Amino acid sequence: MAVAGARRSWSPPPLIANPWLRWAVVIGAAIYLYLALNSVPLNWARILDGLSRGWLFVKGFLTPDFVSRHEEIFEGLLESVVMTVVSTVLGVALALPVALGAAKNVAPWPVYYLCRAFIAASRTFQEVIIAILFVAMFGFGPFAGMLTITFATIGFMAKLLAEDIEDIDRSQVEAIRATGASWAQTVNYAIQPQVLPRLIGLSLYRVDINFRESAVVGIVGAGGIGATLNTAFDRYEYSVAGAILLLIIGIVMACEYTSGLIRRRVQ
Amino acid sequence: MATGGGEGARTWRRRAPKRDLAVWFGWLLGLLVTLECFRVIADVTIWEFVWDAPQQAGDLFSRMVPPRWPYIDRLWLPLWDTINIATLGTLLAIVMAVPVAFCAASNTTPSRLLVRPVALFIIVASRSINSLIWALLLVSIIGPGVLAGIIAIALRSIGFVAKLLYEAIEEIDTAQVEAVAATGAGPGQVLTYGIVPQIMPAFAGISVFRWDINIRESTVLGLVGAGGIGLELQASISTLAWPQASVIFLLILGTVLVSEWVSARIRHAII
Repeated sequence: MAVAGARRSWSPPPLIANPWLRWAVVIGAAIYLYLALNSVPLNWARILDGLSRGWLFVKGFLTPDFVSRHEEIFEGLLESVVMTVVSTVLGVALALPVALGAAKNVAPWPVYYLCRAFIAASRTFQEVIIAILFVAMFGFGPFAGMLTITFATIGFMAKLLAEDIEDIDRSQVEAIRATGASWAQTVNYAIQPQVLPRLIGLSLYRVDINFRESAVVGIVGAGGIGATLNTAFDRYEYSVAGAILLLIIGIVMACEYTSGLIRRRVQ
Repeated sequence: MATGGGEGARTWRRRAPKRDLAVWFGWLLGLLVTLECFRVIADVTIWEFVWDAPQQAGDLFSRMVPPRWPYIDRLWLPLWDTINIATLGTLLAIVMAVPVAFCAASNTTPSRLLVRPVALFIIVASRSINSLIWALLLVSIIGPGVLAGIIAIALRSIGFVAKLLYEAIEEIDTAQVEAVAATGAGPGQVLTYGIVPQIMPAFAGISVFRWDINIRESTVLGLVGAGGIGLELQASISTLAWPQASVIFLLILGTVLVSEWVSARIRHAII
């Protein structure tokens, strides 16, 4: 806190203490913003044209049409939900060994690096890119989507779980090992109880994410509600699109509410 | 925990037999639901294509290798667009998310009955819908291009930033707020001197974290026409130019790794 001479006024300390660095950051940011904003092409005629269409979407969103395409919507949503369930279960189950392998205190180093590489690969690429490759390999449909989301789930769960395993209390592991327990028994009785609450919490969180992702992979042909949504936008059927979006929001809200209840019971 | 007896040999068991049975049924039910769900997927799957997959994968790989490196010269401009989409989108999101967060936090909201539910709905709606779907919507409204991508990223990020920020606001130390208020400060001064300094580190961390995520997301927005490197990817894939696609994949990989490193460094410096 600096008291400025006789005026005795106080101003809060700046976020970046070093004045040179602070000004360098400010000037750098200004130059970047100038260049970036200038490189965004703005077609005002098209945007003005779009405003009326945007208004149509808002109206469509407020008067959603659940009825006229209810069959497509139902099928798409069913596929999305089914993909979510299978890929969450499969992803969590497969993430467990990968997480153990990616924890420094459990796995030998070749396994550690192998598992870490797998996690990095799964987390770097967007689901949609993976979906494109899987659609090319396995053909169109929810099977490719399911594999995509499973793959992404493994990376997500394994990374966060491995960090949790690395943070466990060592003394419990030593205590179990001192009883002459094998590696599998050590994992089951010393590590599993310590990470179980977090495993459950993460899995529930992943259900949400997977449902949201299952709505996207359809855009590249991997099944789910995304294909229906894409068609609705292409045909400018905004009230159908609004209905689908409201259903997605509703299901995500329901998932979040339920998982909140379960998490409170577990912890 | 109970010691379940059994023919004299008292082995330790975690639960009482009845609970054991209930847990077992729970697992069985879960398994059945999962299998039933898988059946729905299996019904619409063309299995010849699935059994064919290893061959297809090998074929795809042989087409992608070696990458057509000279093509990278045409990717720098789309990459610049992608970075702009992520950065400008994040900035736009932050500008909109801050008021939403203050309206959603139960200790700073102007009205718990009217304003807070609206703010919470904005957060849920924005978070529920993937940026690719926002992009789909915006491309259909304002036409294809970088602008649609920026707004899509911004709309998706509002919920994320606002949610984490309002949780940070709700966790602040009230003693500091009271101390500032006790000096006779008005509501605006309480906000700037009592609340904002407490949430500044969290706010900076959240913003950088979201920027990092947005770099990843903006790489694919072009698939639906919202500008950036995804446009080139779409063009390469639809013309089956897999050697070009592999160059794009490697460039995306490099960009994501760099952005992750930058964001980790900045967050490390802040916290």
